[in-house]
Amino acid sequence: MTRWLAGVALALGLVAGVGIRTTPLSAQRAATEQAPQRIVSLVPATTEMLFDMGAGSTIVGVGSYDRFPPEVAKLPRLGGLLDPSIEQLLALKPDLAVVYGTQADLQRQLERGRIPIFSYATTDLSQVASTMRALGARIGRASDGDAAARRVEARLAAVRARVAGRPRPRTLLVFGREPGTLRGINASGGFGFMHDLLELAGGADALADVKQASVAMSSEMVLARAPDVIIELHYSDEWPASRIEAERRIWASLSSVPAVKTNRVHMLSGDEFVVPGPRVPLAAERLARVLHPEAYQ
Amino acid sequence: MALLACLLGPLVGSTSISLVRVFDRSIAYADNLDAQIFFVARLPRVLAAALVGSALAMAGVVFQALLRNPLASPDTLGVSAGASLGAMLAITFNANLAIVGISAVPIASFAGSLGALAIVYGLSAVRRSGTSTMVLLLGGVTLTALLSAVMGLVQFMADFTQTFRNTRWLMGSLDVASYAPLVGALVPMVLAWVGLATLPRALDLISLGADSASARGVDVRRTERVALVSASLATGAAVSLAGPVAFVGIVIPHLVRLVVGADHRLVLPGSALLGAALLIACDIVARTIVAPLELPVGIVTAIAGGPVFLWLLFRRA
Repeated sequence: MTRWLAGVALALGLVAGVGIRTTPLSAQRAATEQAPQRIVSLVPATTEMLFDMGAGSTIVGVGSYDRFPPEVAKLPRLGGLLDPSIEQLLALKPDLAVVYGTQADLQRQLERGRIPIFSYATTDLSQVASTMRALGARIGRASDGDAAARRVEARLAAVRARVAGRPRPRTLLVFGREPGTLRGINASGGFGFMHDLLELAGGADALADVKQASVAMSSEMVLARAPDVIIELHYSDEWPASRIEAERRIWASLSSVPAVKTNRVHMLSGDEFVVPGPRVPLAAERLARVLHPEAYQ
Repeated sequence: MALLACLLGPLVGSTSISLVRVFDRSIAYADNLDAQIFFVARLPRVLAAALVGSALAMAGVVFQALLRNPLASPDTLGVSAGASLGAMLAITFNANLAIVGISAVPIASFAGSLGALAIVYGLSAVRRSGTSTMVLLLGGVTLTALLSAVMGLVQFMADFTQTFRNTRWLMGSLDVASYAPLVGALVPMVLAWVGLATLPRALDLISLGADSASARGVDVRRTERVALVSASLATGAAVSLAGPVAFVGIVIPHLVRLVVGADHRLVLPGSALLGAALLIACDIVARTIVAPLELPVGIVTAIAGGPVFLWLLFRRA
């Protein structure tokens, strides 16, 4: 099954690859010679990266999931991963469109409109810095991109150093659940950017052996995995502290789980945990503070 | 009666065998967590499967008899779609109401099923007794299409994580993780059982035709309403508990009729037992086939139920 899916993904990737190669060379060359002045970025991570490397003023449109930095609130929204609005996008006359690598249809349409593309595909933590460098180079700010990437790398290294040599608690990183009950639990599996963040912050992923980025868990699986720490991420809307505490207490019914027994169930709010951009060090640090509070005293 | 008992034996057996297997697996998982896994994770889940399986199967029997249509199922009259829409609204708009330990999604889902039931009931009330069931059937199909379109609209307004949760919900899940939702679902189900218990003889006659039924002294309108409300309550409770679990409601009644014939005094309880047993079995498959992960049970029932139903159709043809 997995292999079959991989085959399909590969086929789709090839189609996208062929599509990219048909871009007129002249358009590509022109784009690399001139620094783009009107950028649309449908990907929250790249929007943050562009702002971080000082190119925020060149952004003329963002995706529907962009929330950070606050400046994006004033920019036109052009849809998201599944529903990009090609009309609105073309109307902005961008000279660079940053889109998801999987948006093959959109990419073909943009090529027909002679709009240069930066195709985004980040799956693990190390690619955050490399994407920053590539994006910086693409917009004629190679040194700014490199500096931003170095900042991320240095801060991540600092977190790693803080927790080095400490015992690594088996941790379940939950990023989705039906509120008010222990149903529909989704947790980070054995690869991907969240898994990398967790491991860097000094946790041992309780689902490290499950080679999926997202794992749908039953209550039985949580009991059987018996994590020492449960960290639940909350993002995409604001909850008052009382609601967060109420949701945290939902886990109490699994009283045999070590994390519940030792009161190590934590709720962390903020979208830095789900955006693989320049705020990943902040996410890593917040995870590390929860996993190793003694290291931050 | 003897025949009934003979039929009940193996059916109850298949349920308890499933329970034994459930218990065996908890020993194999061998941990000091055994008891918790059994009582927190498994037992509510098996009970949910039994409730949902029996409710959907009985609702299927009633709808097939009432509409005199072998393709009728708990989904046919839009009650199931109403429940789905309610759940999706709760997920998408982050409803935050929890009543005695039951979270917002099942509550909204049950409310949705009641809304759909009200519309269908209105349809059945305006049409005169003895006219074709076509009105009810077409009304139900139209209502389902309408509600599906609204669901599409709600999906469109949902953000990425909500869309994901909506899709997952539509796959069905029996992992209820506590007893409160079960108790909540029991309330409408007990009402439904009481209503259904009065039906078998009248359904036998109605499935032969409304005219001949009323000639034999059946109050057709009253029976139809009791049947409609009971079966819809059972469906609404089942869907709000586990999501739209496919095929149980359409395939089980046919299977049971193959074994016991058309007598509703046998078909109705037989379907309840077989529905419960089969859904428990499907859930065991869902939990074990990709271990340590778990499949949504709705996928298993549809993949297993689809071919069975096709086979039934070929056999009939």
